[in-house]
Amino acid sequence: MSKVRVLVGTRKGAFVLSSDGKREQWDVSGPHFAGWEMYHLKGSPADPNRLYASQSSGWFGQVIQRSNDGGKTWEAPGKSNQFAYDTSSETGKPLTTHQFYDGTQHPWEFKRVWHLEPSFTDPDTVYAGVEDAALFRSTDGAHSWHELAGLRGHGTGPKWQPGAGGLCLHTILLDPANPARMYIAISSAGAFRTDDGGQTWKPINQGLRSQYIPDPTAEVGHCVHRLALHLSRPDVLFMQKHWDVMRSDNAGDLWHEVSGNLPTDFGFVIDVHAHEPETIYVVPIKSDSEHFVPDGKLRVYRSRTGGNEWEALTKGLPQNDCYVNVLRDAMAVDALDQCGIYFGTTGGQVYASADAGDNWAPIVRDLPAVLSVEVQTLP
Amino acid sequence: MIRVELPQHLRTLAGVGSEVEIDVEGQPTQRSVLDALEARYPMLRGTIRDHVTRQRRPFLRFFACEQDLSHEPSDAPLPESVASGTEPFLIIGAIAGG
Repeated sequence: MSKVRVLVGTRKGAFVLSSDGKREQWDVSGPHFAGWEMYHLKGSPADPNRLYASQSSGWFGQVIQRSNDGGKTWEAPGKSNQFAYDTSSETGKPLTTHQFYDGTQHPWEFKRVWHLEPSFTDPDTVYAGVEDAALFRSTDGAHSWHELAGLRGHGTGPKWQPGAGGLCLHTILLDPANPARMYIAISSAGAFRTDDGGQTWKPINQGLRSQYIPDPTAEVGHCVHRLALHLSRPDVLFMQKHWDVMRSDNAGDLWHEVSGNLPTDFGFVIDVHAHEPETIYVVPIKSDSEHFVPDGKLRVYRSRTGGNEWEALTKGLPQNDCYVNVLRDAMAVDALDQCGIYFGTTGGQVYASADAGDNWAPIVRDLPAVLSVEVQTLP
Repeated sequence: MIRVELPQHLRTLAGVGSEVEIDVEGQPTQRSVLDALEARYPMLRGTIRDHVTRQRRPFLRFFACEQDLSHEPSDAPLPESVASGTEPFLIIGAIAGG
């Protein structure tokens, strides 16, 4: 029988939750890296026992951890925590400035790794999205990192500005059908695409409308919270923006809104069913000034039509006095025949549904605030 | 032999106890002690000093012999009792945060 392994990053450590294919009984391992902020953990599709983890601290900075045994043991390899912006004359770009909260220009400063995205084919290749926004790649199992400077230096960098969480590159989507294509998203700059393996990048924000920026339809400046795609159809993208749930059917060249009947279209997470490319999930959040679920009810919304028509999924989720948030990297799906959906909350709960969202149950209730959730489907 | 005392999170990261002993050639300074520490425990690179600027991270301080050495020049000699191993060189995290 297949198994699942859920990798949970929290404000105070990491946890590994394991179960068989029934997903009823769970083994909880952790905290790993107790006391550190674990922004993200993710396993390699090419070698599920190879895990990468972003460990950070306001005191001690950034560390990247690696496991070769599915999270039982960890190591911090080589210069795994050195993220230096590439300003070399051969491959780099000048370190310009970006726009700061007050509208002035501000130097680029590395702060932390928000997201790690391992390659589909090589366990030693992994991408890192960092704050201040840039994309790095390691091809030696996180021993060393090199910036793909074409993104930060492609021209609009001085117009990028931090969202409330910082100027973070938080989403990296690899195209399984086209190794040269990759999508990333930055708060608050927007979405970008490369078609040449990361050398050059193009903003893909046409169709977005953000009333909170001076030009609501600007080329960059949109606070994209999360992108998602289905592996079988990588040209179709879904986006949870600051406000608005969006969809693109042409690799991000043009977006249209699919918020439909959602109670609020503010939110952070968005994900796609493992076997149904038109079935998507979001967790609406009340507003940009009240970061919790509306009406005290924790509701996942599912659309089986690729957006616009949404149904609330509530069975097993608290429906009164609940005021948690679900952060942008804190939802994932497994690939079992009956698709499992998982998400973590700022209240420390990790919920699982083994039937595509119809019924939910908490795996754990009392972890530190959850920053990220990833799932591995294991043989 | 120089005795270096680490804050708890760095002990865990390096897999060591509260105090490590390192050898430094010549007159020890903050720079030479930290260089030797990072050479022996590469996972500590960037956690005490910034990778690029080599400056002390803001929430850390250096103490020895009940003196705050945090703002001393990196190449200033450390006290003789640190050089002789009588007193440890202390790396301390700020008491802040949650």
